[in-house]
Amino acid sequence: MSKRLFRTVGIAVLAAIAPVAPAKSSKPKRQPEERQFQIKLSKSEQIQHALDRLTFGPRPGDFEKLRRMGVKKWVDQQLHPERIAENPALETKLAPLASLRMTQEEAVRHYPPPQLIAAVATGRQPPPDDPVARLAVERLVRKYRARKGATGNAAQTTDDLEPVKRLDEVLTAEQLQILARGAPDQKRALLASLPDSTLDDVLAALPRARRQELFNFAPVDTRRKILLMNAPQAVINYDLSDAKLYRAIYSNRQLEELLVDFWYNHFNVFLDKGADRFLTPSYERDAIRPYVLGRFRNMLEATAKSPAMLFYLDNWQSVGANAAVNARRASRGRRGLNENYARELMELHTLGVDGGYTQKDVTEVARCFTGWTIKAPRQGGGFEYNDRMHDKGEKIVLGVRIPAGGGIEDGEKVLDILAHHPSTARFISKELAQRFVADNPPATLIDRMAQRFIATDGDLREVMRAMLTSREFWSRGAYHAKVKTPFEMVVSAIRALNADVDEAFPLAQRIAQLGEPLYRKLEPTGYKSNNAEWVNSAALLARMNFGLALAQNRIVGVRVDASRLNGDPAQIAREILFRDVSPQTITALEKALEQQQAKQKQPLSPALVAGLVIGSPDFQRR
Amino acid sequence: MISRRVFLKNSAVAMFGAGVAPAWLSRALYAVDAPSPRKKILVTIFQRGAVDGLNVVAPFGEKRYYDLRPTIAVPKPDGTPDSAIDLDGFFGLHPSLGPLQEIFTAGHLAIVEAVGSPDPTRSHFDAQDYMESGTPGRKATADGWLNRALPPVRGRVSPVRAVAAGAALPRALRGRNESIAVDNLDSFQIRDARSSTAFESMYASTIDTVLNGAGRETFDAVKILQSIQKRPYAPSPGAAYTRTRFGTSMEQIARLIKADVGLEVAFADVGGWDTHVNEVGAKASAGQLPNLLADFGKNLAAFYRDLGDRMADVVVVTMSEFGRTAKENGNRGTDHGHANIMFVLGGAVRGGKVYGDWPGLDEEQLYEGRDLNLTTDFRDVLGELVTAHLGNRDLNHVFPGYSNPRFLGLIG
Repeated sequence: MSKRLFRTVGIAVLAAIAPVAPAKSSKPKRQPEERQFQIKLSKSEQIQHALDRLTFGPRPGDFEKLRRMGVKKWVDQQLHPERIAENPALETKLAPLASLRMTQEEAVRHYPPPQLIAAVATGRQPPPDDPVARLAVERLVRKYRARKGATGNAAQTTDDLEPVKRLDEVLTAEQLQILARGAPDQKRALLASLPDSTLDDVLAALPRARRQELFNFAPVDTRRKILLMNAPQAVINYDLSDAKLYRAIYSNRQLEELLVDFWYNHFNVFLDKGADRFLTPSYERDAIRPYVLGRFRNMLEATAKSPAMLFYLDNWQSVGANAAVNARRASRGRRGLNENYARELMELHTLGVDGGYTQKDVTEVARCFTGWTIKAPRQGGGFEYNDRMHDKGEKIVLGVRIPAGGGIEDGEKVLDILAHHPSTARFISKELAQRFVADNPPATLIDRMAQRFIATDGDLREVMRAMLTSREFWSRGAYHAKVKTPFEMVVSAIRALNADVDEAFPLAQRIAQLGEPLYRKLEPTGYKSNNAEWVNSAALLARMNFGLALAQNRIVGVRVDASRLNGDPAQIAREILFRDVSPQTITALEKALEQQQAKQKQPLSPALVAGLVIGSPDFQRR
Repeated sequence: MISRRVFLKNSAVAMFGAGVAPAWLSRALYAVDAPSPRKKILVTIFQRGAVDGLNVVAPFGEKRYYDLRPTIAVPKPDGTPDSAIDLDGFFGLHPSLGPLQEIFTAGHLAIVEAVGSPDPTRSHFDAQDYMESGTPGRKATADGWLNRALPPVRGRVSPVRAVAAGAALPRALRGRNESIAVDNLDSFQIRDARSSTAFESMYASTIDTVLNGAGRETFDAVKILQSIQKRPYAPSPGAAYTRTRFGTSMEQIARLIKADVGLEVAFADVGGWDTHVNEVGAKASAGQLPNLLADFGKNLAAFYRDLGDRMADVVVVTMSEFGRTAKENGNRGTDHGHANIMFVLGGAVRGGKVYGDWPGLDEEQLYEGRDLNLTTDFRDVLGELVTAHLGNRDLNHVFPGYSNPRFLGLIG
């Protein structure tokens, strides 16, 4: 092994912890951080900064648009998304994603989990109305019946049931040939040419593995059918991730999308926990999205009463020790208090861990929320207050007496106390500033935002405005101070290359490899937004490999036209970064490319250069 | 320091006694006095979410345990697969941890009871942070204890001396010494060599100090790991890892150790332990916690078997941010508590014993009237491993502000 490999790189990692001043020279002499937040940005830096921070990254043309409109006006518009016309291309992309628009009851009926398949099979539940979903569910029901009715070996081959129609009944010999051994283009053309009913029969007749194989060749509608037949419940996750990506990529209301991402993460629920598999879409749509620029108190209540949160943090099962429901049960069958939600409500949703509450407060708050439950959680039921589960005794929360004999209003009073607590104003302001300004935002900025929070009764639009009109936001200390999260990195690359996405799920899988599986943060903390969280070797390699794969059109469902990029590496880099690439990066890049060209004698491919730029250090910051 | 000879003698007795002496032992006995060029390795496992220690190692000898947990306690040992595995007449291993029994009997697994962080927090986030920074109660600590635990070296160090299995670098490993996260050993590379060179030089020359440091470490490690990627990996016979994330993590750490590329500390985490509801199913061996434990135990045992005689150089230690309430809650689960358990596993471990003072479960013995009290600071355990196993004597640096650790004598 060479000596070089074992060289120490001591200083390097210290920096991974400390926030970095946007260095001008390699001299480690840093100006005090606070001072960086006083230094103004130039006009064009301001435009860059607005696009980096308040969108998922600039697209070709965005820079000019902001210059024409003026940054101030543009920011104001982003704070009022309802005044911005939505991109029709986005609506086309979202149209097929039917589960997004369903109530949770409809979602669970259309995309049933295994226990509901059993319910349909035994006639306790009707099959879905939607013809595609019905076909898929009926197929699973037949499988279920076969499994139940089968004895011995027959149970082994549950997936490969005798189909309703055999393949050779619905396809010609020539078509069968293509399906089995055709080239990708032939398969694609065949799938597109089949009438709907034939296609359904074909898909139903194929074994699971072969059906899955066709996934990559299939148009969007057919893909959904394949997914439905293989695992109906997966459709919900698929639609949810697709929609999140499409909105981030194509929406004109960029700040709103960033805020939905921020607030979902703040009030995190975990998609893979039981009923949250079908409760999450309506959670994001109904409890988060409408409030991101509204009043904090309203969002807090919407999440507190959402079945997704009640299920995720177990409050739906929490029962007062002396509640009516326990009165006639033997001691073993009694249910009792569960503190999970009460604790996270104060620690993560409102006051912050140092916000001044005690273990006693946690227990008291948990008592206040007893009876906040879900009606028929496994069937997609909604919020219900059940007085028979409620602890009727007196409670004292953060010094405030909540008298005995109360009902649902006990929990509502707690939400009032928490939403109006100064610790909450500060905690929310700090989190927003950490996400939008810098890992260690100046205390003066947090104070101003918190004051605005208190003065406006938690009007989040006004808190955002306080931040976006601050000197600190438009300062050197904030400029490029944040490393992109994996989600931001992937979306910004798509936007920078103006890539066409007609299948977003493969991108969601890439984002998971980069360390941020969407809707799948198990812990209630959500993902951290600090730089150190996202900079490590596994993630960096994954980012570089993603850049290469994207630019070279190796990601299914995404098309990049690299031919529009031309010129030397510096020009290509400029077209992707929308600013000059740093001299260090371009020198290194050009030298490496020259050496390769000398060896290979091939013209430089713009796609390769684009991939390298996407994976470069410069592109990782916003 | 205690010599290899002592370890081998002790363990030889224990193992022949248990009738599970592997073939490596005789080979190792002959090599007793040969100086080992191999480094000592510490593997740390973080069970995120606060595992319920009282149901992992059940104090079945204490009646109060059954009073506090009428529906979720592990039944007293009765020889069936749904009762505790008796360890010493008082404590019993959860039945889903069956694969660990022979390691305990062989004297290579020690259990520490009533151990944890003295900080009173019941926040997952804060408690994990404190346990990983190694400074309970102090939030300003910038780096992690495991990074500081790396013994100071002069000259060359391996770029893969400190590795976390997974897509993120945990708090415990962040800091001055180089450390990397490896999600998958086989894909730890840039897909084509040409681009690899270009990326390497861009990251090497950037003035962005954060990305420069991480980039350098990455490419140094890529070169080392290339040699490993060329050889497909087959675990030793009998070592059956499961296909879970934790199983994959443990297998990759074993692979790194066996490849002799200079690994000194490794980190893996495993989540899902936050069992507020239905912790245990209809019987003791079924349900949420038993399923997690089954996977946990299988993979620890697979790791032990896979490494065979290399376990002489390796210690595995497990931890979790805090324990859970002594009393079960209203939903057949447990809420956030205080003290917990730790496992210490390795060739040099004086195992086959439950360490730590047992504080009892009577109401006045419980912490704040509800949780298992703490009698051993987690830094006592880790401190001993850092000193006696890794050979780093500067504990003031590893655990600043904790000047008088009380070692339990885990390493012999």
